[in-house]
Amino acid sequence: MKREQIKDMDSLQTSERHGMPRRDFFKILGGGIIIFFRPWRALDLNRMPAEQARGVPKDYNAFLRIAEDGTVTCYTGKIEMGQGIITSLPQMMADELNVPYDRIKIVMGDTDICPWDQGTWGSLSTRIFGQIMRTATAEARGVLLDLASAQLGVPVSQLEVKDGIVTDTKDSKKTVSYAQLAKGKRIEKFLDVKPSMEDYTKFKSIGKSYNRVDSNLKVTGEAKYSGDMKLPGMVFARILRPPSHAAKMTSVDYSGAEKIAGTKVVREGDLVAVINENCDLADQAIVKIKAEYSFNEVPVNDKTIYEFMLKADSNAKALNSTGDMDAGLKLCDKTFESEFHDPYLAHVAIETHTALAQLDGGKMTVWASTQSPFGLREGIMRELGLPAEEVRVITPFVGGGFGGKGEYQQGIEAAKLAKLTGKPVMLMWTRDEEFIYDTFHPAGVIKIKSGIDKAGLIKLWEYSVYYSGTRGADAIYDIPNTKFTHYSQKSDGPPVHQFGTGAWRAPNNNTNTFAREVQIDIMAAAAGTDPLEFRRKNLKDEHILDCLKAVADKFGYVPGKAPSGRGIGIACGADAGAWVAHMAEVKVDKSTGKVKVVRIACAQDMGLCVNPEGATIQMEGCITMGLGYTLSEEVLFEGGKILTHSLDAYDIPKFSWLPKIDTVILDRKDKPPQGGGEPAIIAIGAVVANAIFDATGARLYRMPMTPERVLEALKKV
Amino acid sequence: MEETIKFQLNGKQTEAVIDPTQTLLWVLRNHFGLTGTKFGCGMGFCGACTVLIDNEPVRSCQLSVGEAAGKNVITIEGLATKGKLHPVQKAFVEHDALQCGYCTPGMIMNATGLLIKNPTPSIQQIKDGMENNLCRCGAHMRIIEAVQTASKEMKGGK
Ligand code: FES
Ligand code: FES
Repeated sequence: MKREQIKDMDSLQTSERHGMPRRDFFKILGGGIIIFFRPWRALDLNRMPAEQARGVPKDYNAFLRIAEDGTVTCYTGKIEMGQGIITSLPQMMADELNVPYDRIKIVMGDTDICPWDQGTWGSLSTRIFGQIMRTATAEARGVLLDLASAQLGVPVSQLEVKDGIVTDTKDSKKTVSYAQLAKGKRIEKFLDVKPSMEDYTKFKSIGKSYNRVDSNLKVTGEAKYSGDMKLPGMVFARILRPPSHAAKMTSVDYSGAEKIAGTKVVREGDLVAVINENCDLADQAIVKIKAEYSFNEVPVNDKTIYEFMLKADSNAKALNSTGDMDAGLKLCDKTFESEFHDPYLAHVAIETHTALAQLDGGKMTVWASTQSPFGLREGIMRELGLPAEEVRVITPFVGGGFGGKGEYQQGIEAAKLAKLTGKPVMLMWTRDEEFIYDTFHPAGVIKIKSGIDKAGLIKLWEYSVYYSGTRGADAIYDIPNTKFTHYSQKSDGPPVHQFGTGAWRAPNNNTNTFAREVQIDIMAAAAGTDPLEFRRKNLKDEHILDCLKAVADKFGYVPGKAPSGRGIGIACGADAGAWVAHMAEVKVDKSTGKVKVVRIACAQDMGLCVNPEGATIQMEGCITMGLGYTLSEEVLFEGGKILTHSLDAYDIPKFSWLPKIDTVILDRKDKPPQGGGEPAIIAIGAVVANAIFDATGARLYRMPMTPERVLEALKKV
Repeated sequence: MEETIKFQLNGKQTEAVIDPTQTLLWVLRNHFGLTGTKFGCGMGFCGACTVLIDNEPVRSCQLSVGEAAGKNVITIEGLATKGKLHPVQKAFVEHDALQCGYCTPGMIMNATGLLIKNPTPSIQQIKDGMENNLCRCGAHMRIIEAVQTASKEMKGGK
């Protein structure tokens, strides 16, 4: 399709793109009361980072429905991938509507019946969407009360709601249920949602722990993921992949593959695939295809990438800086310069990217494991030249995302193959494909120059981040003279990252927090001050100070100057509107360099905590997952070829790694809820690095902290 | 090529006319529609495909259906009896020992096999026995707790 056409299609379809044409709602959903809301004004978009504000829908499009039987259904473009919003969103709504929690249903990630959504990531579900949803629900309650008031002939102020039943406070015989109000009705209400920041303490359901609502389905094997869908006549596909990212196919011979029973080879441009009703036979056929490739020169590998980044002609952007660097330097008694390296990381969800696509009566329906059903729909529209109403994406349960399923290449591939073959096509990426076509956490370099005065106060902070992004790059400490520079890809320059990169749980922040918190530790040690005390002295942010206090209490921290030989580390940070502080204890085997994390404590302030149990699980998950990037995970590559493409070669945390984990959630009933799925991962690298220093005096500037690197660092002690 | 393969599947005598070299995982999922057994790697590294064969946890991606002939195969769908969750399943629910849930069937099957062999495992034995079942969401701590709880409940029973 040509450029102009794309532009045209965009302008034509903006209204439909943001949801289903409204007239169809009742047709599809039946009667009752449907509430549409426009959340635009609810958000103080100026305070949101631009990349988040961009995707917030501006049209009336999110809605909930009160059916004629009184069931409340929330339709959301968000998806469930383990983070637990399938439990926490209905919880918020139950409170607002005064209905029992189990009467709330949630329909997720179906582009035909759910409102447009930018995607499920960035810990935004609770923080932003949850807020909007909750406020809209409160307004919906107002609508119901108005209806009840008219029906009962009683002013709204005289009504109260309990368990979905509206009662006249002056005459308890006068009642009407939500179900009765919705009965036989076809009411549409359009609301402009204003932020509501009322007293959270009155909520019944919020703040209570709930077990996951999807547990039963998931422990019995009944929960359906994309790969579990089945359609009559469905075939399995395998795609021919080049041997490296730098390869281009020059010739292909698929006569061998076609000899495998029931196999069909399909091709469109560079997309070559085999299909077979039998998955094993598709596997056998794909390896029979012979193809030749030409290779582009790739100038880097996993070792030289850092130097390559520093030398590259980058786009340098100054970020908010304060004070004056020269003046700051004069105030310093000691200065410190460090360079930190962080490699590419894979997401490694246990479910690989999977999609089933079917073209039926001109409509393309795709069931896909994606964090972005609407993004996938647009991708299919673009690549297959289809209008919005002819593409439907449905998102069953997603088997882990971590940012990696914000990309949805598999869905587009499956759709193309369904169109080419005229059959429903199931495409489950192999583990190799998953590793090779992942959008990695970007590698990066961070350089810090900092200084302290005689009193141990930080006076200077010069921070440069190369190619790994700026989330979490703020100093967080109270420093009068700071300078930040972000070096990134020049739009007209040769690509520095040789592969696709993208969001990886708490994107960029793991790298930035690692560098900052190690640098802080270096200064604390040089100042001869206990690292907790050093932080306290240089921090003004009360949220972090509170987290540090809470974690120190939980951990039973006894002050001591590092390296104390005890192997105890500290780190803290901020992410997605939440704050965290960690303490860890490690054991380092000085002969092998192997690090064992014995225990980790984490305190998190995430505003009002909607579901403490859910939040605790997320924190434990973050801590466990964080040990991977800290100790072992690294994508190795050479000449455009990914070398670590199996679960054998790329080591993720296992049971034996598990430290004792303690979590504390600071209860903030007065603050709006913030994202909780990511913050606790950000400081794991730093807290372990600082603990290694405390144990041995060895300083690590490079993740992951593998035995070889620890041995290397020990030599310098 | 095709043969009649007979085996016990979730308590029922079953047979399939099938090429015996086919992968058990795909046969379970695609032939029998038992999609609770998951594909995670197809190489024996993740354990998402774990089923019990004669009470032994086995990676169904590493086995052909022919190798299951005459044996007793139990998948996640066959664990609950008469709508009542198996103690291991129940313990996973109680402890919220899952997030995305994709590794969960394999974890539960592996843990069940572990408890059949050793009804009272120590924490270390649980860790050792579960080591090569991978979970990316980081539910490990709760999985260990769930296995402990299940062990207590199963003690004295079956
Ligand atoms: S799918 Fe069988 S071990 Fe991973
Ligand atoms: S719960 Fe998601 S992989 Fe284990």
